[in-house]
Amino acid sequence: MSDSASRPETAEPIERQIVTALQGGLPITRHPYRQLSQQLGIDEDELLQRMQQMLDEGIIRRIGVVPNHYALGYRYNLMVVWDIEDTAVDAVGAAIGELDYVSHCYRRPRQPGWPYNLFAMVHGKSRDEVDGKIEQLREYVGAGYRGHTALKSSRILKKTGLRLRPGET
Amino acid sequence: MSRAPLLHQQAVELSEFDRLLVNALQGDFPLSSAPFDDLSERLGYSAQELMAGVRSLLDRGVITRFGPLFNIERLGGQFSLCALKVPAERFEAVAEMVNAYPQVAHNYQREHEWNMWFVLAAESAAELATTFESIVQRSACPGLNLPKEKEFYVGLRLEA
Repeated sequence: MSDSASRPETAEPIERQIVTALQGGLPITRHPYRQLSQQLGIDEDELLQRMQQMLDEGIIRRIGVVPNHYALGYRYNLMVVWDIEDTAVDAVGAAIGELDYVSHCYRRPRQPGWPYNLFAMVHGKSRDEVDGKIEQLREYVGAGYRGHTALKSSRILKKTGLRLRPGET
Repeated sequence: MSRAPLLHQQAVELSEFDRLLVNALQGDFPLSSAPFDDLSERLGYSAQELMAGVRSLLDRGVITRFGPLFNIERLGGQFSLCALKVPAERFEAVAEMVNAYPQVAHNYQREHEWNMWFVLAAESAAELATTFESIVQRSACPGLNLPKEKEFYVGLRLEA
């Protein structure tokens, strides 16, 4: 714990190696971490400790399965964007982020032709379900509300995920 | 090693076992020497059955990934959500052009005048800016570059 407080934003090389080795996912074997540790040339125990530390520090958000929304029947995946008074946006973001049906919530800059400064992703199995959720969000926004719109995702064009690209500098 | 991404967008027929796995394994997969064995008692299936189940979820595209979900921004690099306003008749060609950039991590078509939304991931702010400019110029479409200013929440467990 003591060294993590002073750790710079950029991670140690071993952590980058772990991320790179796991970008394709964890092997589905009896001892997945042992297999990975052999690949990295470190002890299984050391790898487990490192990964636990990365979890504690938030470099690993979680470990498990990442569902395909559509396959589970979540056909309505909407990016709901809000124009909220600058003085209120952070409080609203914090409140909306708490809701269990919001998967991501970010503040982003306004641009010419784009007045929206708060983004919340909402997922549902029917139009009525997501409309109801957006209605609820509207109530959370309260007095700082200046406008919103919902952008339904109609097609995934590419999904490789965020990757480290080793070998490039 | 590299698997073609399954981008199908239809609901998949799920067994009770599939649902159990999806609901139980969206986080907290054990960090231990024999994690499937550790889960075995709690879930009531053998390690072999659990491994076969997860493999099947991947093969059928019910899950897109098994393993750690990284907050890769913590390891350095620059990221931004970008959008283009693409005329319908040029949409496919522009999508192909945009997807060809290795810096483009996700790309979604959305029902809006800003109809193409993609995440750029670059090693540096300069690379990110150059990539965005290049995409805007080659597409000849209006573009938005909307880097995250603050993150309030990331994560969701979907009920299967």
